[in-house]
Amino acid sequence: MSVLRRFYIGIASVLLTVLALPALAQNADAPIQQLLQEHGEIIAKSSRKTIGPAIDALGSSSLPKAPEVLEKWQAKELWVIKETGLFVYTEKVDSKTERMIDIATGEVIGEVAKRDLKQLKPNSGIRGLIGAALVKFQLQDPSVAARNRALDAIERDAEDTHLAALRDVMEAEENPDIAARMARLERLLTIEFGESDEERIDAINHFAGDLGVDVRAALNPLVAVRVEAAEAAPEGDDVVRVLTPGSEALSREAAYDILVAAELAKPRISRDDKREALIANISDGTVAGVQVASLDSEEARDLAYAALARDGVVDAVATEAEVDETLGSFTFFERYTAASPAVALAAAAVLTGIETKVALNQTADLALDAVSLASIYFLAAIGLAITFGVMRVINMAHGEFIMMGAYTGFVVQQFVPDHTLSIILAIPLAFAVTFGAGVLMERLVIRHLYHRPLETLLATFGISIALQQIAKNIFGTQARPLTAPGWLDGSLVFNDIVSISYIRIAIFVLALLFLALFLFVMNRTRLGLEVRAVTQNPRMAASMGINPDKINMLTFGFGSGIAGIAGVAIGLYAKVTSEMGADYIVQAFMTVVVGGVGNIWGTLLGASLVGTLQKGIEWLNPSNTLAAQTYMILFIILFIQFRPRGIIALKGRAAEA
Amino acid sequence: MTDVSATGAIRRKPLVMQYPSLLIFLGCLALFTVGVTVLSEGFGIGMISTSFVKTLGKTLCLCLVALAMDLVWGYCGILSLGHMAFFGIGGYAIGMWLMYARTELIVIESLANQALPPTAQEISDGIATQIFGVVGASEFPPIWAVSHSLTLQLLAVILVPGLLALVFGWLAFRSRVTGVYLSILTQAMTLALSLYLFQNDSGLRGNNGLSGLQNLPGLDDVPQSTVSIWFFWASALALGLGYLASVAIVSGKFGSVIRAIRDDEARVRFLGYPVEAYKLFIFTFTAILAGIAGALYYPQAGIINPAEIAPIASIYLAVWVAIGGRGRLYGAVIGAAFVSLLSTWFTGGQAPDVNLGFYTIEWVNWWTVLLGLSFVAVTLFAPKGIGGLFDLLTSKTTPDRHGADLGPDAGALREKEAET
Amino acid sequence: MSHKLLATSAAALLAGTVSAFACDAPIKVGVLHSLSGTMAISETTLKDTMEMLVDIQNEKGGVLGCELEAVVVDPASDWPLFAEKARELLTVHEVDVIFGNWTSVSRKSVLPVIEELNGLLFYPVQYEGEESSKNVFYTGAAPNQQAIPATDYFLEELEVEKFALLGTDYVYPRTTNNILESYLQQKGIPAEDIFVNYTPFGHSDWSKIVADVVALGADGKKVGVISTINGDANVGFYKELAAAGISADDIPVVAFSVGEEELAGLDTSNLVGHLAAWNYFQSAESDANEEWVAAWKERMGEERVTNDPMEAHYIGFNMWVNAAEAAGTTDVDAVRTAMYGQEFPNLTGGTAVMLPNHHLAKPVLIGEIQEDGQFDIISQTEEVPGDAWTDFLPESAVLKSDWQELGCGMYNTETSTCVQIKSNY
Repeated sequence: MSVLRRFYIGIASVLLTVLALPALAQNADAPIQQLLQEHGEIIAKSSRKTIGPAIDALGSSSLPKAPEVLEKWQAKELWVIKETGLFVYTEKVDSKTERMIDIATGEVIGEVAKRDLKQLKPNSGIRGLIGAALVKFQLQDPSVAARNRALDAIERDAEDTHLAALRDVMEAEENPDIAARMARLERLLTIEFGESDEERIDAINHFAGDLGVDVRAALNPLVAVRVEAAEAAPEGDDVVRVLTPGSEALSREAAYDILVAAELAKPRISRDDKREALIANISDGTVAGVQVASLDSEEARDLAYAALARDGVVDAVATEAEVDETLGSFTFFERYTAASPAVALAAAAVLTGIETKVALNQTADLALDAVSLASIYFLAAIGLAITFGVMRVINMAHGEFIMMGAYTGFVVQQFVPDHTLSIILAIPLAFAVTFGAGVLMERLVIRHLYHRPLETLLATFGISIALQQIAKNIFGTQARPLTAPGWLDGSLVFNDIVSISYIRIAIFVLALLFLALFLFVMNRTRLGLEVRAVTQNPRMAASMGINPDKINMLTFGFGSGIAGIAGVAIGLYAKVTSEMGADYIVQAFMTVVVGGVGNIWGTLLGASLVGTLQKGIEWLNPSNTLAAQTYMILFIILFIQFRPRGIIALKGRAAEA
Repeated sequence: MTDVSATGAIRRKPLVMQYPSLLIFLGCLALFTVGVTVLSEGFGIGMISTSFVKTLGKTLCLCLVALAMDLVWGYCGILSLGHMAFFGIGGYAIGMWLMYARTELIVIESLANQALPPTAQEISDGIATQIFGVVGASEFPPIWAVSHSLTLQLLAVILVPGLLALVFGWLAFRSRVTGVYLSILTQAMTLALSLYLFQNDSGLRGNNGLSGLQNLPGLDDVPQSTVSIWFFWASALALGLGYLASVAIVSGKFGSVIRAIRDDEARVRFLGYPVEAYKLFIFTFTAILAGIAGALYYPQAGIINPAEIAPIASIYLAVWVAIGGRGRLYGAVIGAAFVSLLSTWFTGGQAPDVNLGFYTIEWVNWWTVLLGLSFVAVTLFAPKGIGGLFDLLTSKTTPDRHGADLGPDAGALREKEAET
Repeated sequence: MSHKLLATSAAALLAGTVSAFACDAPIKVGVLHSLSGTMAISETTLKDTMEMLVDIQNEKGGVLGCELEAVVVDPASDWPLFAEKARELLTVHEVDVIFGNWTSVSRKSVLPVIEELNGLLFYPVQYEGEESSKNVFYTGAAPNQQAIPATDYFLEELEVEKFALLGTDYVYPRTTNNILESYLQQKGIPAEDIFVNYTPFGHSDWSKIVADVVALGADGKKVGVISTINGDANVGFYKELAAAGISADDIPVVAFSVGEEELAGLDTSNLVGHLAAWNYFQSAESDANEEWVAAWKERMGEERVTNDPMEAHYIGFNMWVNAAEAAGTTDVDAVRTAMYGQEFPNLTGGTAVMLPNHHLAKPVLIGEIQEDGQFDIISQTEEVPGDAWTDFLPESAVLKSDWQELGCGMYNTETSTCVQIKSNY
């Protein structure tokens, strides 16, 4: 409290002095300024390669101002006066002027044009180093945030001095969260910097079964190996395994290169080097008696080179047979190089246990991803399950309804800045907009084409093209932001491997809600009953007093409206562009067709199949996501060959409807 | 037996007699070709710029692929959304040879100056580096195995689309996938193909595609004004022959059967016709036609890349045929020529903007909207398309069935709709 | 066209004065940027830039005493159409110079036409290199002016030991990543520490890839991401990155295709500290830049931002003007000769120089993303000369481009022969 009060008084007095004395001289002789000046050049250069001495000097100096300077520097608040090279803190006055503050006294020196100053902009590498230097100050800081910052810095750039510093403060730590973090970090640091093998092995064993990336990051370097060669297999704990040249772990070439590097074998020669050697020895159009013009094949060049070698002009090189012979006379083995055998073996043992668990968890994570993707496809397809599945109307503009929903969300966010409120508003609005568009389209176009499915397909294509272009004309081709509310930021983290973002969970929940809504409407409401009646036999339904026209219109609107809500959700997790609908339309149709037309459970199964399949293929071929999509579509094409009516095929009369 | 065939021979009139429009069409095409040649820079008075000759040549190729689309859709009722994929495959097939041969000449020339004569491997490596350097590879993928041979690549222009169509069609028709399902399936095939080609691993230079196709290997000295006319002639010839072949197919009994399949597939099957075989033949034949059209189109365009194969291209193809008028061959040709040239005109920025006072309609941006909506309008109000105008000329009338369907199938045109 | 111009320029030479340049019609400047289709959003900005530059120059009195006229055509993001429109510009409109193209594939489409008709193209976008055309001046960055310095920054300043090269599957990321892989291996990064992934245009499902990147850290090495992800796909990528809580201090991401325009579609509060490498940022502090930004905002609106390709056009256009004045004609060959050694001040300070290989020497800037969607420039190098053929791929290392002395864009220094005069397309 008193510190704060003094601070306020200080500021007040500074303000007063400034008013009284506009230009106060800067204290150039203050020890802290002197210290900075000593390293002025490297600080201004601001490169991680060279900055070390400056940070060390500040970190190890006993000047009370040093930690503050480091913190300000880290926060990009330290500036240098171009003319004098003196360091100051600044406050912004306006876009062209800065107010200078003395680093030693904290007093305002005066205002100056921004162009006369240079801001020090430490990059994140330097900020990390500064953070590491600040650790010893911050670990004892009364504020929890500062202590957490110190622990962050240790996690990022651990140094051996941190271990001792950490051990010093661990006992006294009262905050249980921080104490737990400290204990974990202390063990990790022990693994890395511990003095005796015993304490390191102890710490290693403590982490058995731990899934943290940091644990693997600490253990993996310990089990680093190097491949070596010797005439006979050596004995010793540090030999991991013996390798055979030509196996997957060690190719013939790699094995031979090891021998060449150790000067245990003659080098081989590359095609290019051979060519160079031949060119160097051309005389009168021949090389070693061979006509140059005839050297247009590798065999001819080999022979010429051998002839040169016989003449002693070039070094003889190993032939394939010699390579085999040499390789045969050596044993290749891996040796631990990074730690003593005992530590390495302990680490290896713990890692093996972890790896199994990691594999299991990765599968779980993949499954989560697949479920998430499946729910996105389901969301995109559920509107279609109504218009196509129930009504048998092909609506190729379905994707554009999704897009319209997403743009509705975007427009709402322009007027309602609060993200939570805007999403709550956007969902019914998106439904209303696309419901309206759907009804309009049904009345104007689709109604006339109920007997001609192919023409419906074409006409809706026309609408799709037009809608896309209209969206482009209104909103431009660039992606528009649809920002999720703050409470949907971040992920649900189970451990370092399994996690899923909240937005995806929200989409999953939304998909479930839609499923429930669909089932409720179709099975429990008057509308659902009438829809089913009209679908199965419009004439009979009409004679029962149902107006098929009205039902068709409402059903189509309902399907379109759901697509609009799906659009808001998809826009939240990905992007809003005029082409976003087209990205999903083929997949959505595939989902409905694969699942089986006319059955919502089929659509659900179809979405799961498509989602799982795509993630599965991605897992098999992680470096190429495009391939996953291609193979998935191919699979679906083949699948339809064998089950043309989808997974759940309607039987009997309903199938003919 | 002899009687039957004899009567058949007697009944069969020459094609020209059956289809008087054939002569008119071929005449118009010939006249057009001669006209353009005379007006061109390369062989005539230079009234038409080389770039416009290329545009016209490309339009002829589009007419050819539209013809194929009309055969398969307008006559056989298969709404294929994959024919632009076959068109693209044809382009890739010829493009591979063009690129290989042109690069080979460059590489051999540059290697000729070296101290040692090049080995076959060095030449091949040099070509591969030149072609694939831009996509970060320097080896020939297996798919380029026959790219050195013009004959084999020309064969590929026919065989690859043909085989793909044969296999795909066999699978699809065999499992009785029809109607909209088939459309969606063909669209999925197109999407899969374009996604595949977008990958660099496909070995066809990914998104970059094959470029520089307008330069014919070894003919560096021939100016583009001449080359463009050569391709124009080739395209016109291909279109003429394609038209002839299409007329031959749709006339006579074969034509009747495929039209019957369009109207009621099940009934044709029950009459004992191998419906699948007929459909497969049409599907494959039109795929080959599309491939040939593509092989002529892309050397004039100069570059082919996977975006050309994207599903939307096939949809536009259907749009052309629908606007031109389905089920009549000249309709497809007119539709393709009319819409694609109009499209060039509108997107080229030549169309004057319309100032509505509160908003200026720039056709560059609004042309697609107009196209999409006019497509809807044609489907709804004028199923016969532009070709319907010719019916007015020849005062051909639709049969009066007193308001019933024109075909036995519920999906067939109703009389009311057919008249509009 | 060239005949007429040659005659005119010969006349100008004979007369020995610039004023002899016949000015019966305005000098035409072709602008070949997509105004519709997927690339419209990026390229329309450049079309506006060109119109602004032409207007500014006309206010100054034009070139060679003649007024300039911008001829704008729309290739509609359709690559074959680029070739067609380029032919139209050169033969129908008879333009003297073309400023245009954004994507590499569109450039490759235009190359044969430009070379056949001996046109002159200024290409303003960062690209993958491995190309040199007699008729193209590359005012954007070559890999050694963007990718390599950024990678050096990762290696030296951030001490990254493990690299994830994420890119959209097309030629620029493919070639750039290829060069970087080779470069990193030369710098001692083993091949297994380089993770490469390609995604389609507009990719949106990033969860698995981001998880894979995080998992790379499991062997205790610092991970960095080099992103050549293009356009819309960045939105999903950065959203997933933010959702996963990856801070720039843990796993820094440097992007080569994300500039001020792209960030406008994003909420950047979760991305603060991630990096981008360019030759220009709007936040660059210089008088010329302040003036430029102010002029742009005045013309186009306060919310509009400037970006790197715009600066490239700014430099390219001004160099062309100066070269035409120096040559006394707009004839392509004369202007090309006069281009070599042209100097013009960068907007970021320093001077850009046109090199004989048709590339510029420009400084490389690295910026950290800020909350307001602008970049905080934390590193700026000296001018780096652009290199048409990278030194880090064995088959390109021996190649050299020198149109001034050697008259060859693909000169093999080992065999001292010109591989080809025309460019590779």
